[in-house]
Amino acid sequence: MAQLISLGSLKAPTSAAKMRASLAKSGCASSSCGSSDGPADMSPEMWERVKDHPCYSEEAHHYFARMHVAVAPACNIQCNYCNRKYDCANESRPGVVSERLDPDQAVKKVIAVANEVPQLSVLGIAGPGDACYDWRKTKETFERVSKEIPDLKLCLSTNGLALPDYVDEIADMAIDHVTITINAIDPEIGAKIYPWVFYDHRRWTGVEASRILLERQMLGLEMLVARDILVKVNSVMIPGINDAHLIEVNKAVKEKGAFLHNIMPLISDPAHGTHFGLTGQRGPTPMEVKALQDKVEGGTKLMRHCRQCRADAVGILGEDRGQEFTMDQLPETVSYDPARREEYRSVVATVRGEHAATKEAAKADLAEVRDAPVLLVAVATRGGGRINLHFGHAQEFQVFEVSPGGVTFVGHRKVEQYCHGGHGEERAFDGIVETLQGVSTVLCAKIGEAPKDRLEKVGIKASDAHAFDWIEAGIAAWYAAEYGTQPAMLTA
Amino acid sequence: MAYKIIKSQCTVCGACEFECPNAAIKFKGDTYIIDQDKCTECEGHFDAPQCVAVCPVPDTCVPA
Repeated sequence: MAQLISLGSLKAPTSAAKMRASLAKSGCASSSCGSSDGPADMSPEMWERVKDHPCYSEEAHHYFARMHVAVAPACNIQCNYCNRKYDCANESRPGVVSERLDPDQAVKKVIAVANEVPQLSVLGIAGPGDACYDWRKTKETFERVSKEIPDLKLCLSTNGLALPDYVDEIADMAIDHVTITINAIDPEIGAKIYPWVFYDHRRWTGVEASRILLERQMLGLEMLVARDILVKVNSVMIPGINDAHLIEVNKAVKEKGAFLHNIMPLISDPAHGTHFGLTGQRGPTPMEVKALQDKVEGGTKLMRHCRQCRADAVGILGEDRGQEFTMDQLPETVSYDPARREEYRSVVATVRGEHAATKEAAKADLAEVRDAPVLLVAVATRGGGRINLHFGHAQEFQVFEVSPGGVTFVGHRKVEQYCHGGHGEERAFDGIVETLQGVSTVLCAKIGEAPKDRLEKVGIKASDAHAFDWIEAGIAAWYAAEYGTQPAMLTA
Repeated sequence: MAYKIIKSQCTVCGACEFECPNAAIKFKGDTYIIDQDKCTECEGHFDAPQCVAVCPVPDTCVPA
């Protein structure tokens, strides 16, 4: 499990970081060429709304944490990738929870987490059923949490069928972020994904079911946009069913004013007992997901950092501390103490400025590079925007694309941890190699000679020369060293 | 004329509770149960029993 970066480590930047910050001051001083996910590509008002939401801002997901409370178990549709009987603590995907909560328990849990996890900025309700269909519990939870912790952002996720009925209440409660899962805008394709929906007191099946669902989703999307609520559209990429079609979905939701589109891979396994799992429907490979995401880039802004988390996840994206906060571990009574969250926010404000400056510096470094290939680089990180995790401890790699034009985040790839108590796992290594398909280089805080040699044999370079650098700066420095003239200031 | 819930199949999602037009379904202990005296199989209300129509697990809300 990825660990949260400590306040202490954030307060004391490494010397490498300081040097990069000073490099930034002497180099590109323009503030108008920021990263694709920073303030540069959106209005200051919009940035203010998304900058602390890890799911709506790639930049924010390095610093802020979300928690989901599983208060909404009832659902009004059936999806072929979902099995509502499935409950497993070790399984990480949407719709799965270990412990359902009533609103009373949820409020207690949120306060306990807010006291312990200073990174917490968002409370989401994402099921395990549907947050809008199970509205009574969703609403009560949000209202009561808001009274206790007024600055916590509220966010919900829905299939959209019941959404239009509650848009006004959503707006009244100042829920600023709503996610709708839209897998198809063609009911014929939808019918292959949704066997039935329950609407207007009856169960609908086939194309008709998908037509009703689509109409309600589009109506809900329009109503939210009209009330200036930010909408993220999630789409599950299902090879052979809706993969090519998602280009059309992207166009449609962009036209309707969705803020963000998140294309995520189908998670499918016979052991999950889902329809797709049992029929052998495969999920896409990481490279297939990336190819599709690249095709629709330029449409609605794309989310590439989704971790498809559980409906009871707690922590920064990519980690889940839910097991630390089960009801049996919570004290009888809890009261909210804002001190740690406030302190964390003030520290992050400073660190973020530094991180942004190093991204600019990275661009300046890359300007030195000519005629170099476009490459994928996998980074081992425990958060905070730095290359700060051992290769063997990584449970996921963040993948960046680097070219003379810049460094951009393209996604993350989950792997089985290679190193357990000092020795490597053979099986895990093979899995990592497969997962890193298309990646040319791994940057990490530390890597042993054995795994390094083995990676080299399959054509993947690995380096810990940029340990603890900011990610973008480290990648740019590595790239410049490989393909360009290395600026003198770059050595950390 | 009434329905019952097969406990071993039930996911305890509660969708049936708020679709029931007779308020016949309640959470009791660790599962939902249908009050046989209140259940009308939705006759006079809807074309089909609501608990059956909304339940995510086949053959879980069945004639008693």
